[in-house]
Amino acid sequence: MQRADVLIVGAGHGGAQAAAALRENGFQGSVMMVGREPDMPYERPPLSKEYLAREKEFDRILIRTAQFWEDKRIAMLLGTEVVGIDPAAKVATLSSGRTIGYGFLIWATGGDPRRLSCSGADLVGVHAVRTHEDADRLMHQLDGGARRVVVIGGGYIGLEAAAVLTKLGCSVVLLEALPRVLARVAGESLSAFYQAEHRAHGVDLRTGSSVECIEGDGTKVTGVRLHDGEVIGADLVIVGIGVVPCVAPLIAAGATGRNGVDVDNFCRTSLPDVYAIGDCAAHANRFADHETIRLESVQNAVDMATTAAKSICGLVAPYEATPWFWSNQYDLRLQTVGLSTGHDEAILRGSPASRSFSVIYRRKGMVVALDCVNMVKDYVQGRRLVESRAQVDRGALEDIYQPLKEL
Amino acid sequence: MIGECRVRGVQGGKLSYRRQGTIMLAIQVIKRSGTTQAISAAPGISLREALRSHGIDELVALCGGCCSCATCHVYVEHGPQGMDQVGSPDEDDLLDCSVHRQPNSRLSCQIALDDTTGPLVIRIAPAD
Repeated sequence: MQRADVLIVGAGHGGAQAAAALRENGFQGSVMMVGREPDMPYERPPLSKEYLAREKEFDRILIRTAQFWEDKRIAMLLGTEVVGIDPAAKVATLSSGRTIGYGFLIWATGGDPRRLSCSGADLVGVHAVRTHEDADRLMHQLDGGARRVVVIGGGYIGLEAAAVLTKLGCSVVLLEALPRVLARVAGESLSAFYQAEHRAHGVDLRTGSSVECIEGDGTKVTGVRLHDGEVIGADLVIVGIGVVPCVAPLIAAGATGRNGVDVDNFCRTSLPDVYAIGDCAAHANRFADHETIRLESVQNAVDMATTAAKSICGLVAPYEATPWFWSNQYDLRLQTVGLSTGHDEAILRGSPASRSFSVIYRRKGMVVALDCVNMVKDYVQGRRLVESRAQVDRGALEDIYQPLKEL
Repeated sequence: MIGECRVRGVQGGKLSYRRQGTIMLAIQVIKRSGTTQAISAAPGISLREALRSHGIDELVALCGGCCSCATCHVYVEHGPQGMDQVGSPDEDDLLDCSVHRQPNSRLSCQIALDDTTGPLVIRIAPAD
C-alpha cells in the first residue's frame, strides 16, 4: 500500500495552498494531493468572470505550474476521489478501490453545487459554474449559438454569470426566489443597487420568483416553468443556488458535523490527525461572534490551509483571519471585509447613484463588516474598524469626507 | 531557460532579447530570503503571472490578479521609468493595506510586461 506523510484530499484553492504552505514551513515528508477533477489546481473565481468572458485562457488561471508541484515534491493523483477513510488504521480508500495510508490527512474537498430538486434538473443545457468542465460545457453551448439564458439564483455566481453573458450578447433572465438578490450575504441597499444595475444592463431580473420545473424536449432544455405557470424559453440554464459540503466519507468515518465537518481553531476535526479546511469546514469564527459557520471563499480556504499546514509543522497559529471577499460585475468591483450576518444596522456611506459607495454594517453599535463598491479606500481603511469591532458614531461613518482611517 | 537569461547587473543595457523568435524579458527577483533568482518571461502577461510561472511561491496573490487584494506586493528596485509608481488610485489604496509599503511599492498583478519592459529588478515585499 502506498503511503503519504500528508494526504491532501481536494486540489482546489485550499488543497493547493496546504501543499505549498507545508513546504514553505519546512515540511520534509511526502505529500500527496488527490483531486477529483483532471486538472491541476486552478483558480475558481475566474470561471464565472474572466474565463467565461474569454479574457483569460485556462493556463493563466492555474494556481501554480506543473513544474512547481514537481519541484516541491507534491505528488498529484488527479481524476479520482477519496470515498472512504479508516481513521484507526489511517488509510484512505479511493473510488478505484486503491488504498493510501497517511500520517496526517487534510480534507479540502469544498462543496458540490446544490442541484435543483424539480423535474428537468438533469436535462442537457442545465449548468452549474463550479468546475473547469462546467464552464467549458457552458461555453461550448454558447459557441453552438445558445443565446437565451435563464440564471436560477441571485447569489454572486448567478449575478457574475449574468453580467458576463449579457456582455456576450445573450438575453438573460435571472430568477431569485427570495424578495431580493444577495439576501444571504448582504444588506438591502446593496441588493437594491445590484438589482438596478443588472436591469440597466438589460437583464430581466425577477425576485420572489420560484421555479416549478425545467422543461425540455426529452433530452435538452427548452425552458423554465415558474410557479405561476409562465414558461420562459431557454437554450441554457445556469443554476447558482449554493453549494453542499462534500464531507460524506469523513462523517461516515465518525467525524462530527451537521453542516460540513466541525473543526477547532487549528482546523482539526474530531478524528485523530485529520484536518478539514475551506468551504466544508464548520468553525467558530471570531468575526461571527464565535458562532459556528462555514465560509465559502478563497480567503477562508487559503488561510485555513496555512493554519492546518503550520499545525502539522508544529507551529502554533490558530485560525483567526479576517474574512474578505470580492465580486466583479460589469465595471463594478465589490470588496467585502468582515461578516455582515446578524447585523442590526446598515449605514450607507456615499451615494449608490454615483456607483461608488460603501455599506457599513454594525451590530450592537460595533462595526462588523463593509461592502465597498468601487470604493477601495473604504475597503482598505475599514478593515481596521472591523478587526477592532470599533464603536464609531453613525454620523462619522456616513460622512464621505471623513476618511475611515481617521475614525 | 532560466539559465540562459542570467542578468549580471541592472546597468547592463538592454536585457530583453530575442529567443526563438520571441522576445523574452529578463527579470531579477530578490526573494524574501535575500537570494536572487533570474527569470525570463514572454511579454503579454503580468509580472504576477511571470512570478507564478517560475514557481516563486512567496506571493500568494489571492484574488488571481484582479486588483482586489494586496497579496502580490513587490518593490520595483530597478525598471523602466515610472514602473515604480502606482498605476491607478485603486492600486494606491490597496497598497495602503500593507504596513511594508514603500515609495517603490507595486502590486505585481498591475505590472504589464511588454516589449519595452526591462531591465527589471524586483524585490518581494514581506508578508503582512
